[in-house]
Amino acid sequence: MKAAVITFPGSNCDLDMYHALVDEFQVDTEIIPATVTDLSQYDAIFIPGGFSYGDYLRTGAIARFAPVMAAIKEADNQGKLIVGICNGFQILTEAGLLPGALQTNTKPGFICDTTGLNVVNQTSKFTNAFTKATVKFPIAHGEGNYFVDDATLATMQANHQILFTYTDNPNGSVADIAGVTNANGNVFGMMPHPERAVDELIGNIDGRAFFASIIASLVNQQEATKA
Amino acid sequence: MMQTYKEPTPAEIRDHKIYLPWGLTEAEYELVCQKLDRLPNYTETGLFAAMWSEHCSYKKSKPVLRTFWSKNERVLQGPGEGAGILDIGDNQAVVFKAESHNHPSAVEPYEGAATGVGGILRDIFSMGAQPIAVLDSLRFGEIDNERTKYLINEVIAGIAGYGNAIGIPTVGGEIAFDKTYAGNPLVNVMAVGLLDQDAMKVGQARGVDNSILYVGAKTGRDGIHGATFASAAFSDEEESDRSAVQVGDPFTEKLVMDATIAIVKRYPEDVIGIQDMGAAGLVSSSAEMASKAGMGVHLNLDLVPQRETQMTPYELMLSESQERMLLVIKKGSEAKAVELFAEYGLDAVVIGKVTDDGMYRLDFNGEVVAEINAQDLTTAPKYNLPALKPERLKNADKNQFVPKIEDLKQTFLQILQQATIASKASLYRHFDSMVQTNTVVNPGSDAAVVRIRGTKKALAMTTDVNGRYLYLDPFVGGQMAMAEAARNIIASGALPIGITDCLNFGNPENPEVYYELAQSVAGINKMAQALNTPVISGNVSLYNEYNDEAIYPTPMVGMVGLHTDNHTITTQGFKQAGDAIYVVGETTAAFNGSEIQKMQTGSVAGQLFAFDADAELRNQKLVLTAIEAGLVASAHDLSEGGLAVGLAEAAFAKHLGFDVQFDLSDDLLFSETQSRFVISVTPSKQAAFEALMAANAQLVGQVTDTPSFKVTTQTSTVEILENEAYTSWKDAIGWLLK
Repeated sequence: MKAAVITFPGSNCDLDMYHALVDEFQVDTEIIPATVTDLSQYDAIFIPGGFSYGDYLRTGAIARFAPVMAAIKEADNQGKLIVGICNGFQILTEAGLLPGALQTNTKPGFICDTTGLNVVNQTSKFTNAFTKATVKFPIAHGEGNYFVDDATLATMQANHQILFTYTDNPNGSVADIAGVTNANGNVFGMMPHPERAVDELIGNIDGRAFFASIIASLVNQQEATKA
Repeated sequence: MMQTYKEPTPAEIRDHKIYLPWGLTEAEYELVCQKLDRLPNYTETGLFAAMWSEHCSYKKSKPVLRTFWSKNERVLQGPGEGAGILDIGDNQAVVFKAESHNHPSAVEPYEGAATGVGGILRDIFSMGAQPIAVLDSLRFGEIDNERTKYLINEVIAGIAGYGNAIGIPTVGGEIAFDKTYAGNPLVNVMAVGLLDQDAMKVGQARGVDNSILYVGAKTGRDGIHGATFASAAFSDEEESDRSAVQVGDPFTEKLVMDATIAIVKRYPEDVIGIQDMGAAGLVSSSAEMASKAGMGVHLNLDLVPQRETQMTPYELMLSESQERMLLVIKKGSEAKAVELFAEYGLDAVVIGKVTDDGMYRLDFNGEVVAEINAQDLTTAPKYNLPALKPERLKNADKNQFVPKIEDLKQTFLQILQQATIASKASLYRHFDSMVQTNTVVNPGSDAAVVRIRGTKKALAMTTDVNGRYLYLDPFVGGQMAMAEAARNIIASGALPIGITDCLNFGNPENPEVYYELAQSVAGINKMAQALNTPVISGNVSLYNEYNDEAIYPTPMVGMVGLHTDNHTITTQGFKQAGDAIYVVGETTAAFNGSEIQKMQTGSVAGQLFAFDADAELRNQKLVLTAIEAGLVASAHDLSEGGLAVGLAEAAFAKHLGFDVQFDLSDDLLFSETQSRFVISVTPSKQAAFEALMAANAQLVGQVTDTPSFKVTTQTSTVEILENEAYTSWKDAIGWLLK
């Protein structure tokens, strides 16, 4: 398995994602600048948190025009796994790879905290290794208030696209939504930070199941291809 | 077509004394004329006014600052550079410094605080270091008016807006409230960085013909004369000068930071020196680099990247536009440096070169617009100001205040709601404390702890000072600031290794203020030597006054400690029911300057209670030994609010209870005697702990799983629900800010 962590100017969780993948899960990972136009050699693509292009104009609104985005769309067409965390989630919704949009928190202001999450669907490519129904993940965002219209929400629910909901909604998200996939189930975005919850010394390892799920999905996928 | 501004001639400058509002005195102007052997032109007068301001030259505080002890076996770089550096073994070093942004934050709190974060980070990465943490030490007036609420909300938002975006965790600090800061809040920011010793850089312009490279944001008209502005006091009559405040752009700063660290790594031989453009911008950075190296510089101002048209040399040199750096690059290596910065989307332009004639020379539009000896520019006249012991100290009441406690439970709950004591979580939750995923101990414990990835090491860090103590005794209060900082580091299980400071005082020309400054520094210095924590960097902020009333002397101490093995990392919260609770150190009647005196009388008064440095050092050493031996479950320093607050905070972390008995009167639960800790110990470790601590620790009770605080004194037994205490403490700031 080969992973790419995409770094836009202003990304600031790129190294955290890299360390989670490499130090904790020994995944062959490279940090790839947003100017790169070919991601064909990577099996999974991670778009990390931060403030891409300063988050000026609107979060993720400038990043969606970066050269690498065409390659990310191509990876989506091929059904590769694509993960957006925090700003990465915002970029994926701006780029139309995920439904919905992220707005300013109901109570405006950046919040850094640890929040409870319900693992709504434990069979997805991103959640198959979770053994607990609720976990604790760190959050750190000012614009994590997920919005989606009623019709789309109903479709997403029917499709099991909602993977995580907040136990105690910190930002006003519709239906307490914390993390969603696209209709195909290969693109995932969430505001909470699993990469901040993989190391015992830092005090939280609930995020390990997230990475374990992705690795298991890729192994399955590769075996399926071989067979 | 814009009208070209016509600058006053040298003779007009002399005749109309236009240098006076810039902070240059008549005597100083005369001295400039003597040094130059002619009248300075407009640009030169501006350069001298900025470089000779207190903010840049420390001309008034230097006789005091020079006394700081700043050398020991760890010190790789003491005061005088962007930041100080200490050896932490394995060829690694920790870099840290603190800086004040009080004046800008008073008039434009969001940008003032934001650019405070930006400025101190540049000091860290200009040494070649990767910033790993930011701490904030904030002081505001009482939360009883809209102006103060506005200042608090905007300062917090400014720190969050900048620090979160740049991706350096804000891991700690402290916030306190007192009416003394109402017209002049304090915004002190400390930054800590990590450095491979081989990559260490200093701000020096060495080597004739090496190039001066300007990097980062373009220069605009913002912040002109910010340094002079920071060297004057506020009052009701004078309109605050907003144009002297700069505007921050954390996105550009992140690019500048990443690129600067990258160039030091990629081309270590080609980067001769780095200096950030902070106070007094281009002139300060370039003149200091030249003067420290004993060299001159020759700059062509036409080459300076500009974002406004028709800027004059005066404006270009004095602008404090943010996110700019000056590098000295080895001759011949300019192209690869420019190329590296271009990778990050940054402007990098050679604007001049190093010369060997010691002259500071500026060209503009083909003319020489300044020609000054660089040493003259960076050597302001020194002032030895008179010091006078304030009346309030001479006639201080020697008796300690006696708190009135009719209902122990009520007083207990009331003290937890005092703004200075209450939880600051509703404020610091706006700061990203976890980015970089190295923060082991988050805000809310005694000291923050950040691990060093790839090693067993970790760094503990804290900021401390209680201005009320210093108001009552600047020398002893200075000692106590150091003692508390060290107790916080020790309680986290680390060895204190060094300090930085922000010396926040009033107008030093007031002999009483100067006395406070000198005495505070002496107190800090004495403890710095006793603790073996050299003063490796720092900052002075004077003229913190409103309507001629100085703030309490507030020398913030920022201390760093070293964990050589992360198994020693300890937090303040009780861990489990059944653990024994000990108090280390004697509790005596220490109430003058205390939180309870303030709460019950509205102010602090009398002679400050005594400080026993020997007891302090002994208790700290014992606690650290106990932690290192693995005998301690939790450790918490006792400070404002005394035993009552210390025990409650230890219980809040995991919502546990406690049952404690004291052979003390009720009031002593709120005494602020120094040198004390609350420690919890697992029963199996009690015997070893007691053997080590001997008479220095006293068993006072147990941690319980009943969610209540049961406290027995000589005269009372009270039981307080944990939830009631917790709510009082946690929600107080939120209620006050409503």
